[in-house]
Amino acid sequence: MLGFLLRRIAATIPVLLMVAVFVFLMLRLTPGDPAAIIAGDNATPQQIVEIRERLGLEEPLHVQFAIWGGNLLRGDLGQSYFFRQPVTSLIAQRIEPTFSLAAVTIVITVLVAVPLGTLAAYRHGSWLDKFVMGFSVAGFSVPVFVVGYILIYVFAVELRWLPVQGFVSIREGFWPFMERMIMPATALAVIYIALIARMTRASVLEVLGEDYVRTARAKGQGEFKVLVNHALRNAAVPIVTVIGVGIALLIGGVVVTESVFNIPGLGRLTVNAVLARDYPTIQGVILLFSFLYVLINLLIDIAYLFLDPRIRY
Amino acid sequence: MSAAARPGLLRAVLAHGSVQVGGFILLVIALLGIFAPWISPLDPAFLDPTIRNRLPGFESTVLQPDGTLLTVTHWLGTDQLGRDLFTRVLYGARVSLIVGLTVAVIAVALGLVIGLIAGYVRWLDGAFMRVMDGLMAIPPILLALALVALWGAGLTTVIIAVAIPEVPRVVRLVRAVVLSVREEPYVEAAISLGTPTPLILTRHVLPNTVAPLIVQGTYVCASAILVEAILSFLGVGIPTDIPTWGNIMAEGRLLFRVFPHNILFPGVLLALTVLAVNMMGDGMRDTLDPKLARRV
Repeated sequence: MLGFLLRRIAATIPVLLMVAVFVFLMLRLTPGDPAAIIAGDNATPQQIVEIRERLGLEEPLHVQFAIWGGNLLRGDLGQSYFFRQPVTSLIAQRIEPTFSLAAVTIVITVLVAVPLGTLAAYRHGSWLDKFVMGFSVAGFSVPVFVVGYILIYVFAVELRWLPVQGFVSIREGFWPFMERMIMPATALAVIYIALIARMTRASVLEVLGEDYVRTARAKGQGEFKVLVNHALRNAAVPIVTVIGVGIALLIGGVVVTESVFNIPGLGRLTVNAVLARDYPTIQGVILLFSFLYVLINLLIDIAYLFLDPRIRY
Repeated sequence: MSAAARPGLLRAVLAHGSVQVGGFILLVIALLGIFAPWISPLDPAFLDPTIRNRLPGFESTVLQPDGTLLTVTHWLGTDQLGRDLFTRVLYGARVSLIVGLTVAVIAVALGLVIGLIAGYVRWLDGAFMRVMDGLMAIPPILLALALVALWGAGLTTVIIAVAIPEVPRVVRLVRAVVLSVREEPYVEAAISLGTPTPLILTRHVLPNTVAPLIVQGTYVCASAILVEAILSFLGVGIPTDIPTWGNIMAEGRLLFRVFPHNILFPGVLLALTVLAVNMMGDGMRDTLDPKLARRV
């Protein structure tokens, strides 16, 4: 167990290293002076000289990487010359809306997709099953901003039930928070629900054919208990895996959703940084999200141990 | 025998319901894009400031270069500069389809080469796959955004930036096929007969990758169309003077509450196109790759 944990944690190191190499090389392989790119469009020549010295841009590439990587390990993501702030503090200011959006989206997704997928498998071939399968194809095809605008039009402009956009912290009350969060999270959840409902359906369908499900029924277990205790528990591993893989989808969606709903989070920050060609900020956000992606999938791998006692690494 | 070489398989693919429906929708959209100049009398950049923000069905008269007046019906209305939305949406189809196709071809070609090498040259496998793992850990849209920020927006940049994040998935697929084919008796037989590696790869391994690659390529195409639209919508994709569905929607954001049609029509068409490509992918997966079909 401890051995597995250590091995699994160690396995993330080469992945994170590769991410760092990519982000490092992306800038170096772009034609032009890296210092000028980092400084952005309205930097002074003085600042460019400073950057060149600080990052050791006169040194060979591997020395540059060591300097850059060393800063990274100390938690220094560099300076945004556009926003005139360290990238870490930029990120810290905007992390809450993004995490709130992601968390609400995951909650909605799991609450909708898992029961939906389970029922579709249970009533295999029924209209519900066909609906879930149809939805999972359609959900993958409708862009999140189209869903977002339709929701805004119906619920905010026409019906006036919800505020159009913006963000309120959960610390200022649950309802004001949810009022502004429910539409973006629903829009973002569509593609995620499509993915997870389909996966849940497939894995529950597979498990329902197993002997232990027949045994459970034979001993007179109620259908609900058969579904939850026997089918769903055994189908949990692939479902949780897909939730983890889908995080990448979620991160991409956050960038778009935040722009549609005017949520001042990391997604909006990224788009503004791209528009301003503010590379340090983009780089910081990429490194953060990739790190989170690797971390979440690590946690999911560890969660298998608890979800399925048969798994022994 | 490889799936692609089996006779009658093409017929089975074409007989599949979702391939037919998806193919039909795609064909219509492709024809609309190709024949845009013949379908609409207007130039997508033509603007008439006197007819800004008109609702669908509005009629106006246009002075043509030869001096005659032409009455035009704006089937989908006009945008805030007075450009015909229907014309712009037609031309937008071109960009989406070109990006989808090109990205799919580039990602599949690159992924095939890297996957074959990784699967067959054992000592390179570890290094190649670590690189791919790293690339996969970066969320695709963020990677595309970073590349666009560094290289500047434009059609070529967008195509490359959208293709790169798709490569690792293709590599993994090809590598998995190679690894399973290597163990087949006919490959062992070929090796024992002294067949050179390049010949084994092209004659025995490559044909086995065709079917899964077609399926995967279709999904890459669908996701590329979406990502291009997202980049353009965010204002960092294809320059705004080219009408793309994403650009049209981005321009429609400002007056969305009053004139939702600027976002609605391109949005619906975009969704329909991606849906059609996905349906073709699902249908081909069912017929070409039954193993995968059972898993998902």
